[in-house]
Amino acid sequence: MKSTPPVRLSQITKEYGLVHSAITQVLGGISLTVKKGDFIAITGPSGSGKSTLMNIIGLLDIPTSGVYFLHGNNITSLSDDQLSSLRNKEIGFVFQSFNLLGRISVLENVVLPAIYAGTGKDKREEKAKKLLSSVGLEKYLQNHPNQLSGGQQQRVAIARALINDPNIILADEPTGNLDTKSAEEIMAIFRRLNREGKTIILITHEKDIAAYAKKVVKMRDGKIV
Amino acid sequence: MQELIKLSYRSLLANKLRSVLTTLGIIIGVFAVIILVSIGTGVQSYITNQISGLGSNLIFVIPGRVGGARTPGGIQTNKLLLSDATMLENKLKDIAHVGPVIQKASTVKYGNLSDKAVSIVGTTANYPDTVKITIEKGTFFNSSQARAGTRVVLIGSTVASTLFPNTNPMGKTVTIAGTRYTVIGILQKRGSIFGIDQDNTVIIPIAAAKRQFGVTNVNTIYLSAKTPELVSTVKSRTNQILLKRLSEDDFSLQTQESTLDTIRNITNILSVALGGIAGISLLVGGIGIMNIMLVSVTERTREIGLRKAVGARRVDILLQFLLEAVFLSLTGGIIGIAIGVGGSLVLSKFFVSSITPWSIIVAFTFSCLVGVVFGMAPAIRASNLSPIEALRHE
Repeated sequence: MKSTPPVRLSQITKEYGLVHSAITQVLGGISLTVKKGDFIAITGPSGSGKSTLMNIIGLLDIPTSGVYFLHGNNITSLSDDQLSSLRNKEIGFVFQSFNLLGRISVLENVVLPAIYAGTGKDKREEKAKKLLSSVGLEKYLQNHPNQLSGGQQQRVAIARALINDPNIILADEPTGNLDTKSAEEIMAIFRRLNREGKTIILITHEKDIAAYAKKVVKMRDGKIV
Repeated sequence: MQELIKLSYRSLLANKLRSVLTTLGIIIGVFAVIILVSIGTGVQSYITNQISGLGSNLIFVIPGRVGGARTPGGIQTNKLLLSDATMLENKLKDIAHVGPVIQKASTVKYGNLSDKAVSIVGTTANYPDTVKITIEKGTFFNSSQARAGTRVVLIGSTVASTLFPNTNPMGKTVTIAGTRYTVIGILQKRGSIFGIDQDNTVIIPIAAAKRQFGVTNVNTIYLSAKTPELVSTVKSRTNQILLKRLSEDDFSLQTQESTLDTIRNITNILSVALGGIAGISLLVGGIGIMNIMLVSVTERTREIGLRKAVGARRVDILLQFLLEAVFLSLTGGIIGIAIGVGGSLVLSKFFVSSITPWSIIVAFTFSCLVGVVFGMAPAIRASNLSPIEALRHE
């Protein structure tokens, strides 16, 4: 059975141009298809355009030219709010610096995307508790993020990425701020999620982290090499 | 929505001191509006009551023209004579009481005590029928005493307490501008109006005043219509009668109503001006909210970026920040109203002040509006942030 790939990029370019200065091309015609159940790592030195590519795949940024099909739908002409809704439903983000909100509890951080999805309070909290115990944090529901270690915070962020059951998990240097042991734990979680059917796109410049992926895509100077 | 309210509330609690100080701006603004408007209204109703106290059927004729200085140089000679009053009295006796008044200021003495700048009112026996005055002790002089100029006097309560601190003034002899008068009555206290003590006065028969001050013209002729319906008839008849001898510029007719209208106009302007000044402080409070919300948006740029990345739409962010601003201004508004109402209740014990529902409604609506208006710009700025820029923000 052949299904529509979750992500299909065709000739994507991205240019940044300040007024009165030269235009910088960050991405120079990227074509990439990510199949359902893939676990790919995008690697490359800094400045290679991998973060820009990740922002485009994550619908945080729009390409200058080219087409992007998300589950077969062209997203290049959607409005900001439509992109927000799509991100909410389809994509789970895991950032290098965790990006948890410090003023609210771990549980409240995890349910955040579900609030914007309009899920009921009981349902979303039940789901969040289940996800938090699946990453071993069932004892820290009411703690604040700053009371947790880096590895624990990143696990909270993973639970948050999963709350709306997205098909795609986008992880931008998820182990960049972690020690080796925590990094291994985090990568083990990604591997488990991939086995459970999630499509995972990982951005990293570390070879041993990229080794967890099934497939590695190397980038240099805005192109896939 | 419930989530948003809770969220705004918690962000405000996270910066308690800042929220309290911002709210303080609105509290002071709303407080000032309520207290100043209630002072304005209080002054208005106080003055209105004082003037109505003179009698609502009252018409008065004063010399010269009010409001239009047609006479070159602006100096108007008094052409109103006692005979005009007598003529009015004869022709209008079925529909009105007439009380002409000669008024001077002079010193009144008793023994070695003296009371300066007392208003000396010389009038006829009809005076108590025209102007509402109450005699506390004794009797008013009769018409033959008035005509003969018998040296009798009724004294106001201030004069009584100044000259007779420990003795009963009845039957005593006082000296008015060097002439001796016998006290036959004491007037009831009336209080002051526009800061003028209405009780620092004495009343003497008109003929005595004429003789003593050597004048033939009168300062005012009071006419009191016998029923409220007759006020306009009395007014027009008086005008006709006086025009036979005098020109239009020699006298003016005023009714109690027209005086009240003038005063209401003045005090309304006063109320609005006071409210306007207070409104400025509310505006300053609003700017305070805007300022703090802009700071808050900058501080929470990363939070906004994260929220947008995980699916917040523009309207979600907009409402979150707008609600915070409205929350601040509304809390300030409610506290300000409470303090303002409390304050004007306390004030009404020492000074004139009366709370009006409209000032509360206006203050409340205004404080909500301030939140929306001044919260809008920061909220729009927050909702327009691009998620990548915001997440990159340090």
